[in-house]
Amino acid sequence: MKHLKATTFLIAAALATPLAAQQDGGRLDIVVQPEPPGLMLGLVQNGPAQLVAGDIYEGLLRYDTDLNPMPGLAESWEVSDDGLTYTFKLHEGVKWHDGEDFTADDVVFSAGTFLPETHARLRASLAYVDSITAPDPLTAVFKLKEPFGPFISVFEAATMPMIPQHIYEGTDFANNEMNATPIGTGPFKFDEWVKGSYIHLVKNEDYYVDGLPHLDEVYYRVIPDAASRAVAFETGEVDVLPGGSVENWDIPRLTEMDGVCSTGKGWEFFAPHAWMWLNNREGPMADVRFRQAIMYAMDREFMRDVVWNGFGKVPTGPVSSVTNFYTDDVTIYDHDPDKARTLLDDMGYDGEPVRILPLPYGETWQRWAEAVRQNLSEVGINVEIDSADVAGWNEKTSQWDYDMAFTYLYQYGDPALGVSRNYTADRIEKGSPWNNVEGYNNPELDKKWFAAATMTSPEERQAAYDEIQKEIVDDVPVAWMLELEYPTIYRCNVQDLVTTGIGVNDGPRNAWIEE
Amino acid sequence: MSVLAIIAARLFKAALTLLAIAVLNFCLLHAAPGDPAVVLAGEAGAADEQMIEQLRERFGLDQPFGVQLWKYVSGVAQLDLGYSFRQGAPVIDLIAERLPATLLLTLTAFVISLVFGIALGVAAAARVGKPQDSLLTALALLFYATPLYWAALMAVLVFSVWLGWLPGFGYETVGAGYTGFDRALDIARHLVLPALTLGLFFMAVYMRMTRASMLEVSTADFVKTARAKGLSGAVIRRRHILRNAILPVVTLAGLQAGQLIGGAVLTETVFAWPGIGRLMFESLAARDYNTILGVFLVSAAMVILFNIVTDIVYRLVDPRIGARA
Repeated sequence: MKHLKATTFLIAAALATPLAAQQDGGRLDIVVQPEPPGLMLGLVQNGPAQLVAGDIYEGLLRYDTDLNPMPGLAESWEVSDDGLTYTFKLHEGVKWHDGEDFTADDVVFSAGTFLPETHARLRASLAYVDSITAPDPLTAVFKLKEPFGPFISVFEAATMPMIPQHIYEGTDFANNEMNATPIGTGPFKFDEWVKGSYIHLVKNEDYYVDGLPHLDEVYYRVIPDAASRAVAFETGEVDVLPGGSVENWDIPRLTEMDGVCSTGKGWEFFAPHAWMWLNNREGPMADVRFRQAIMYAMDREFMRDVVWNGFGKVPTGPVSSVTNFYTDDVTIYDHDPDKARTLLDDMGYDGEPVRILPLPYGETWQRWAEAVRQNLSEVGINVEIDSADVAGWNEKTSQWDYDMAFTYLYQYGDPALGVSRNYTADRIEKGSPWNNVEGYNNPELDKKWFAAATMTSPEERQAAYDEIQKEIVDDVPVAWMLELEYPTIYRCNVQDLVTTGIGVNDGPRNAWIEE
Repeated sequence: MSVLAIIAARLFKAALTLLAIAVLNFCLLHAAPGDPAVVLAGEAGAADEQMIEQLRERFGLDQPFGVQLWKYVSGVAQLDLGYSFRQGAPVIDLIAERLPATLLLTLTAFVISLVFGIALGVAAAARVGKPQDSLLTALALLFYATPLYWAALMAVLVFSVWLGWLPGFGYETVGAGYTGFDRALDIARHLVLPALTLGLFFMAVYMRMTRASMLEVSTADFVKTARAKGLSGAVIRRRHILRNAILPVVTLAGLQAGQLIGGAVLTETVFAWPGIGRLMFESLAARDYNTILGVFLVSAAMVILFNIVTDIVYRLVDPRIGARA
């Protein structure tokens, strides 16, 4: 009985604490790196822009860390049984930051007019849309031409940001003066951007969710040097280091400080997946045995532990383990140099040198390329390390001027959104580094990718993707290296910062500071 | 030739040089691999042909090279540095926005290095061979040989992280809302570490240069004469030796002054100082052609301007130069 009482008391305390303790007020300083080129999320889509503008703009839905949809601007939604009609009930009383009402007409304008023109990633999904209508001011209806399995995942803020029709209709979107002072519906309003220093957002007092946001203001701080960013966190200049802000070897030093917390959550929607493109078109990489030999030659666990300081997970194939429809029922490539040598002997590899192009995103990637060179030379593959800056890397990869090139890509929660684009033959196009750059061409598998995208039942889709993953892993079109993990480092008194699948991007909405 | 006539002639030549620099930079930059449209599209993490073509069209990159060059150069001739499509603002605005921070930093460093460099050089020369001289020379060598990047990080570590005396980052306390004198004081505190770091290297150079030059001049006949007529050591040093020994320092100072705009990339990066050096570096990484060209051109103009200023200073310091020219 005594025991029972104690338990009851503890449960009551646990339930009561979060409610009582959420305090309003305060300011959060978050590092943004590099400085975004702009904040108009319908036009600018790079990571830093999503980080900052994710507080200003909103999508119809949000996604939790298991990628389940949650209410955003839409308070409820319904998908018809045939998978063709998506009906969204919008929140009442939502206002744009300039005081105008947000209505279903804005949804129609955003998804029907603005974004098809400006948003390459969404354009691919919008190709399935037949019509977007607004039967009443609080209802938006998307009708599809054919079922598109991942459609429920395209309503995230950066994927389909809601754009104010009253500002942009009939204007030249890219050159609209208002791009400099973005107007959204989000929990924070744009206040000031001192280029090279900081971006200041202030609380949206009229936010439509009662009690939110808790914070008064958010400063996004531009600190260009990675070592300086680490020191800025140490000295208390900034409170939050979003994933990837500091070099990996600085992370243990920072997380060991008193009152510092870190989490690997908040990247599930993106699931950054790193691999090396192997140029399937020419040289030894054209031989599947060579590509398999590369997989066996590499000690990917070791690279993860040494180069990435233990962060991340060695992938089994093209789909990240946190993305929907993942399976690990595939050939597993363990570190097995003997097997690699046998494969190389089989194909009669003559020692033709291959070039590796690291991703020019800092020291970690450079070291990673060196680790790969070491592993490959152990089995007798001659490797040279190529180099390029970001623009040069883009040029070389998009013009297919490489042998092996590091890259990583976001998966956006669904293989049909973020995975298949790198493997189907219709995406072999020079001029972009975000498609089938390796030149993998497997018509049989292409059919399966397309079929899996348009199935409606999750069970069917799972079965289809299981099959695809099993087959493609044997072909090794690219060398899958790592499911990247970018821990978010923050002061422990910052509560509820990472609660969704996009983490800090919409984190300040719920975050509060414990005194 | 009067000074004014010389300046006029030099300015005319300078304008031609600048135009040539604009053309050369434009050609070099376009010859480098990389395409701003692909970079911008690439950052989005997804791109298709349509997007790249739209961007290239917006940036004017779909036009023949000759047309692009002509448009740029004729713009420059009318003092129009073009538009940064990446940042969505005229280049001149971007530069103007960053200019005060950079000038504050580089001018402070310039003054610090010049004043202390010359003073220490004179002091060392006056005590040549003594322990003070050895100490100063050794310090100068240390400052001269220390990589700027490392010195900057150490300065932050010691004075900001360990001692907590001075802020290690930025231009002012973000969000503090200081005005007037408080704001000036706040900026000054932020200025100390970057300006010292940036100034140390040149201070060492000036000191060594001044010391060597002083020693050389001090053996000249007119110095012996001055001493013979009974002038005090201090007067001889100031009016006879220093004035003759300062010319090579002026030359070097002219060179440093030319770098006032673009020469502080590293310092600005480590100290998160919102200046032009960073603008240039970041624009280069993104192949934001117009912005890089704009910064290059303004920097080139500064170099040319300070060359002219240096020549004038020569005349003031040493009237014989005017007579010869």
